[in-house]
Amino acid sequence: MTAIYAYFLTLPFAAVIEPHLPVLQVVVPLLCAPICVLLRHAKLSWLWATIVTWLVFFIALVLLGKVLAGGLIIYEIGNWPPPWGIEYRIDAANALVLVIITAIGAITLPYAKASVEKEVSEPRIYLFYLMYMLCLTGLIGITTTADAFNLFVFLEISSLSSYVLISLGGSRRALTASYRYLVMGTLGATFYIIGVGMMYMMTGSLNMADLATLLPAVDHTRTVLAAFAFVVVGLGLKLAMFPLHTWLPNAYAFAPSAVTVFLASTATKVAIYALLRLVLTVFGGTDLFNVTHISLMLVILAVIGMFAGAFVAIFQKDVKRMLAYSSVSQVGYMVLGIGLATAAGVTGSIVHLFNHAVMKGAAFMAVGAMFYVVGSVRLDDLAGIGKRMPVTTAVFLVAGLSLIGTPVTVGFISKWQLVQAAIELGWWYVAAGVLLSSLLAIAYVWRVVEVAYLQAPPEGAALRTEAPVSMLVPMIVLAAAAVWFGIDGDTTLRLAGEAANALMGAAQGGKP
Amino acid sequence: MQGIVDAFKPLHDLWLAFEAFMVGPGSPGLFGYWMVIALMMTGFYVVIAHDNLVKKIVGLNVFQVSVFLFYILMAKITGGTAPILAEGIKVYSNPLPHVLILTAIVVGVATTALGLALVVRIRNAYDTIEDDEIQAVEEEEDR
Repeated sequence: MTAIYAYFLTLPFAAVIEPHLPVLQVVVPLLCAPICVLLRHAKLSWLWATIVTWLVFFIALVLLGKVLAGGLIIYEIGNWPPPWGIEYRIDAANALVLVIITAIGAITLPYAKASVEKEVSEPRIYLFYLMYMLCLTGLIGITTTADAFNLFVFLEISSLSSYVLISLGGSRRALTASYRYLVMGTLGATFYIIGVGMMYMMTGSLNMADLATLLPAVDHTRTVLAAFAFVVVGLGLKLAMFPLHTWLPNAYAFAPSAVTVFLASTATKVAIYALLRLVLTVFGGTDLFNVTHISLMLVILAVIGMFAGAFVAIFQKDVKRMLAYSSVSQVGYMVLGIGLATAAGVTGSIVHLFNHAVMKGAAFMAVGAMFYVVGSVRLDDLAGIGKRMPVTTAVFLVAGLSLIGTPVTVGFISKWQLVQAAIELGWWYVAAGVLLSSLLAIAYVWRVVEVAYLQAPPEGAALRTEAPVSMLVPMIVLAAAAVWFGIDGDTTLRLAGEAANALMGAAQGGKP
Repeated sequence: MQGIVDAFKPLHDLWLAFEAFMVGPGSPGLFGYWMVIALMMTGFYVVIAHDNLVKKIVGLNVFQVSVFLFYILMAKITGGTAPILAEGIKVYSNPLPHVLILTAIVVGVATTALGLALVVRIRNAYDTIEDDEIQAVEEEEDR
């Protein structure tokens, strides 16, 4: 990372651009997106989106290198000093999340080309890439900004574009899935601004760092208590926390495959980051964490979510929907880390954020490739898929093992960290819950494995027909990453540890 | 005539008591907030309870508008004017929440437009905009 930063400094104009990287991260995709409309051409707009997204990924890597080398980056938009102006503030936590979302955004695009041509009608493809870039802009914005209201604006940019992306799915079910997500998403975002408004009433500030210093003085008021509740529930809707997850399964199941890959690996992750930032940094100095027993509530909901999601996943007939329910269960693990509210727990939450993005990306890419070749991802239609598409099924198997949490895959690293964090607090039943819910994951992954390897392919089905190379390479890269970071867990754990420190230390000495 | 007025007297007294309760002694501020809550709950209820997809969007709108009002109210200062720099103006409303809400209004318009566009597409695909009928069709498909 630091090597990338050092390399960037040798580039021409680096000195001019370097101080503005935090805002360029958002401005580049935002201003480049409308050019897709001017291009009005499927392949050209794909090429344009790919170039821009990889550029943004490069910026994110440079920023992470800079943060690791020099600590906090503060950028004042328009030179207005905070708390009056909007401030972008990049520390280890959001630099890491930025790298995750831009990496997934960049690697999905080569995959998307063939997949989107198959699933979205030709005249709409340039609009697809327009929305894709806007969605990426919104997600990056949520991650970079240090202004509570600015976060809402980016939240809506990413949400509105993802409603459109989901509705582009082939079946009519995509329309109702998108509509229901729109209703739930808007309620969530509106809850969030109610909370922000109440915080503003009490403090007169919207800057997160400023709020963190002003809120403790008024944290006994009912207004701040209500603000806390509204923010947690609002963001809980966006991140599909257990009882608020109902929009997620259909939205993921009926969206175009490339959209599912992108949203499953980024959208909920960014909402989790926002919750971490608000709960640990903005409200970190207040007593609300203890007063509201939010810790206990989050842990209980997380554990129920872990089981319920995995349990429902077992009975799905459609593999895409099965993985969507598995996402509900995996979000449970991330929420669990927040609920534990220790440095180890938050580290586990962040490392799972990274690991889940990698493994779910690989899994949904494999399923998308099956859809590309077979035309359906119902279990009945996938008999013998292990012989028909050996590489794709192998990728699915690696991702599936990781979802279970087998050693040598990334899933093991994060579950191990979460179990350790739970035991550290003496919460044995939570640690047992993590392990038992992994058993349920074995059941749903096994159902696919059984159909894929133990059933004979139907008569006349072509053997060894893989999806195009452009789809295979990204999914192999993600599967390799799932194994690589599973063996070398230290790198991600150390980054996540620094991120947890940045989140919890920003308010006070590191204890919530 | 007087008889009719007298008949409504208890109701009128009830309203006065209600108003006094909401406004509070000597402070004109809280009435607006109660109205915000009333609007918010109305909108929220419509979103949850109605099956008609267009009505759901309308409910969502009412819900959002209540939040706009909430922001506008919190910035209002009794006796304050518009925040324009001019001779003799000492008390003025806080312009920041008003500006924030301009942004939120734009977001609300975009959401409504997108939601209604989706309803049009759903109508074409399902021949109905009643949520319960759509759900029945979908459950049939899932089986």
